Parts: sequence; structure tokens; C-alpha cells
Amino acid sequence: MLEIEGLVAGYGGAPVLKEVDLSIAEGQIVAVLGANGAGKTTLLRTVSGLVRPTAGRITFDGADLRGVPVEQVVQRGLAHVPEGRGIVAELTVDENLRLGGLWRKDRADAKRALNEVYDLFPALGERRRLAGHQLSGGERQMLALGRALVARPRMLLLDEPSLGLAPRVTAQIMQLLRQLREASGLAVLLVEQNVRSALSVADMGTVMSLGRVVVSTHADALRDDVDLRHAYLGF
Amino acid sequence: MDRFIFLTVDGLSKGAVFAAFALAIVLIWRGARIVNFAQGAMAVAAVYVAYSVTGATGSYWIGFTAALVSGLVFGAVIERVVMRHVSHTSPLNSVIVALGLVLLIQAILGMIYGNEFYPIQTPFSRTGISVGGVSLLSRYDIYVFLAVGAIVVGLAFLFTRTPAGLRMRSSAFAPEVSRLLGVNVAGMLTLGWALAAAAGALAGLLVIPTELGLHPNAMDLVFVSSFTAAVVGGLDSPPGAVIGGLAVGLVLSYISGYLGSDATPLAALALLLAVLLIRPGGLFSGVKTRHV
Repeated sequence: MLEIEGLVAGYGGAPVLKEVDLSIAEGQIVAVLGANGAGKTTLLRTVSGLVRPTAGRITFDGADLRGVPVEQVVQRGLAHVPEGRGIVAELTVDENLRLGGLWRKDRADAKRALNEVYDLFPALGERRRLAGHQLSGGERQMLALGRALVARPRMLLLDEPSLGLAPRVTAQIMQLLRQLREASGLAVLLVEQNVRSALSVADMGTVMSLGRVVVSTHADALRDDVDLRHAYLGF
Repeated sequence: MDRFIFLTVDGLSKGAVFAAFALAIVLIWRGARIVNFAQGAMAVAAVYVAYSVTGATGSYWIGFTAALVSGLVFGAVIERVVMRHVSHTSPLNSVIVALGLVLLIQAILGMIYGNEFYPIQTPFSRTGISVGGVSLLSRYDIYVFLAVGAIVVGLAFLFTRTPAGLRMRSSAFAPEVSRLLGVNVAGMLTLGWALAAAAGALAGLLVIPTELGLHPNAMDLVFVSSFTAAVVGGLDSPPGAVIGGLAVGLVLSYISGYLGSDATPLAALALLLAVLLIRPGGLFSGVKTRHV
């Protein structure tokens, strides 16, 4: 579904990503792990077009994603939930959610998708008139996730959804990703510092270090291989 | 007492124009974080279009429409061709470019029309209607209130009740997130400039006939008063801009009425200075919390 080959990208100066290869199949959850500065966030930002690659290929459903404007990437079925729960703090919960479906031509289905998100997160329904900045950390993450779902994506790019959340809330979110995958075949590229949570839900685990992929294997293998964990994940 | 009522009405009428013009400044500030110092010159250019069109067709209303449309076009063109390419490394860059635009636009207008004052006809009488011997609102004042009211209500509706308004607000607050959600942020910025310039053109159309007449510098003082109004309102807040506009209109009217009209330009500048010193964040600035 998503194929990344030899991807090189950065912010001017030395590249942050140095020839990254990665592929995700439909319905697959792939965890991208690694220390701060490994290039995980830059990888997501390059896929969604916020950072332009200097070399390599990114294809989604066989179509080249390089050069596609950021605002059109989501329209191809690839939704990016940025780090720090990029909700619009000044807008209400309802406005944030509606924003997620504004580009869609099928207004009736956008409305249906919005109601499904409210069913999925009853807490958001109770707070629909509150501004984003009035929500708790967990609610903000749910809002960011829910807003991505209004677009009915086929793949989610999730950047550190567990950041700053209580373990129970993190577990709920991981559980939800599994549910969505079962229900609609949603693929997820999950960037995480929280290795245990990420591996609890992922099919595949990819470890990045200093802009390169150093290990890419089944999540189980990564979980059970003590040497790998010690070497790259620190536990 | 009669004089006080007269000055109050006159101040509110001027203040309504400042409100519309301050709203234009706030719209661009929210969208682009630029104080558009060229707003006055752009509005004057639109009023010159109205002058020429009215002269050719004999109809105030065709000229009026032409000014609003050319306001939209000027706003969009200046954003696309000039402002978009200004580097954001320092906020001063856009200020200097905007001031350069003022000189450029005023020079071009001077070359085409000359530096003289053209009197502008009003569509309604400016003679106050007498109520019990006191000269109150003129028909023109009523027209000003209705026109400004229409644009304030129209913009409020657009921003809070329509998908385009939601897109524009989210683009202003969180451009990167908005792009990820499929919003054409660059297009929203152009639309914001176009709407702001049209609101500015309307303010110019309303105020220039009540002053010395049409001249390349005709909006300079209106810009100072409206910028004061926008700052009083917090620069970020459209309702603040409207309230600020009315307040500044009242204050300047009382000063001009009781201290003499020579004091008005000084008072406008003193008011701006006072606001910037005492309350740099404005009186109505909204939510400061950025997303974490």
C-alpha cells in the first residue's frame, strides 16, 4: 500500500533521513521506534509532504506521492495526525471534527463519518461546544484521531499518540487502533517512544537510528529478542 | 446638550467607518500576522475606480459595486504577487514592503489623477433630519450605519457559519494542521486579503465624501484612527475592532467638537500612543492559549 525506498530528506544541511526503506500493506500496523532524533517524525512529515525529499521514492497505491501538495495527500486516503495532538485549540470540538471532512465531495457521508466519531468517542459528544484548549490531554488525542477518521482514511500516520498520556488512556488508544483495523482494514504507521504500547498493537516493528532503519521485523520478534531490545530500545 | 448629541451621532458615524476599516486590518493580521499599512492606499485606489466608473456611467451604485470588486481584486493581487513572497525572518520585512506599497500606489494614483482633491457626490443627503429643533442623523449617516452593519454581520456570518469561514479561521490559527486536513491554506490567505481589501474599499467609499474629497492621501488619517481602533480591540478580535472603531470615533468627535478640529490628527496619534503604552495587548484580545 505504502512503499518507501531509499528516502533521503531533511531541513537543509545534513539530511535527517538517510536512505530509509519501509513498506506497509493494507490493514497492517507498523510501529516505528527509536530514540529522539532518529528521524521518526521527519519520516512521517516527508510522507505527508510537509518535508520534501531530496532522493528516493514514496508511492501510495502505486502512485508517486512526491510533489503531491500536502492538502491533497489526505484526499488520497492518507491521514497524518501530527505530534502534540495537532488540534486547533481556538476552535470547538465540533468545528475541529467538521474540518476533517470539509474537503469531501460526499457531504452525506462526511456527516455520517462525523456521527460515527461521536459514537466512537462519547466524551467528545459531551464536549462538542467546548474549545480545543479546554480539553484534557487524552481528549485532545481522541479529538485529533477522530478528526483524522472523519476523512475515512485508508492509512493513518500517527505521531506519538501516547505522549503525555496516562497508561490507561494509551492502552485505550492502542485498543482502538486494533478495532479500526479489524473493522475497516485501516493501516497505521505508528511512531512511538513508548515501545511496549506500540509493540502491543503492531504487526511489524521498525527501529530507526540516526536517520536509518537498523532493524525491521515482526513485532513479536522485536518484543522477544532481548539482544535487539537492549541494543536499540533500551529495555 | 444639543451639541453633545450632534457630536455623539457624528462620532458614531465616523466610528462605524473606522470599525469597518479596523475590521479589514484585523482580518489580515489574523490571517497573515501582517499589519497592512497599505490598506489606506489600496482603499483610495478602489475609490478612484468608483470615481471613474461613476463619472462614465453617471450611477453612484455602479461605481460603488466597481469599487468593492476592485477592492477584492487589489487585495488578492497584492497578496499573491507581493506579500506572499515577503520573507518572514523579521516582522519588519512586511512592514517595510507595505510602506513601499503605500508610496507606489499613491504615486501611481497621482500620475493618473493628479494630486488635487476631487469632491465626491453622496447618494443621500448629508443634512441632518431635525427632531424637535435638534439636528440629528442625516440620511447619509443612516446609510453609513446600514452599510457597515451589513458588512460586519456578513463577515461574522461568513466566518462563524460557513465552511469557507471555518477553513479561514483554522488556516489562521494552525496553518500546518489545516493543510494536513486538506485545507488550501494559501487560497484562504488570498481570500482573506481580498475580503479585507473590499471592506477597506467600502470604508473609503463611505468616509471620503464626508472629508476633503478624493486624493491619493485621503485615507492616511483614517488609517491611523482605524489602526488605533484595531489595537484597542486587541488586533486579533473582530468584535474588538468594531467596538474599538466606535469608541475611537466618539473620542475624536468630542475632541474635535470641544477642542477644535485642528486637534483631531494629534488626538488620533496620541490615542494610538496611549493604547500602545498602557495596553499593548489591546482590551479585547482573545484566547492566548496555543495548542500544546
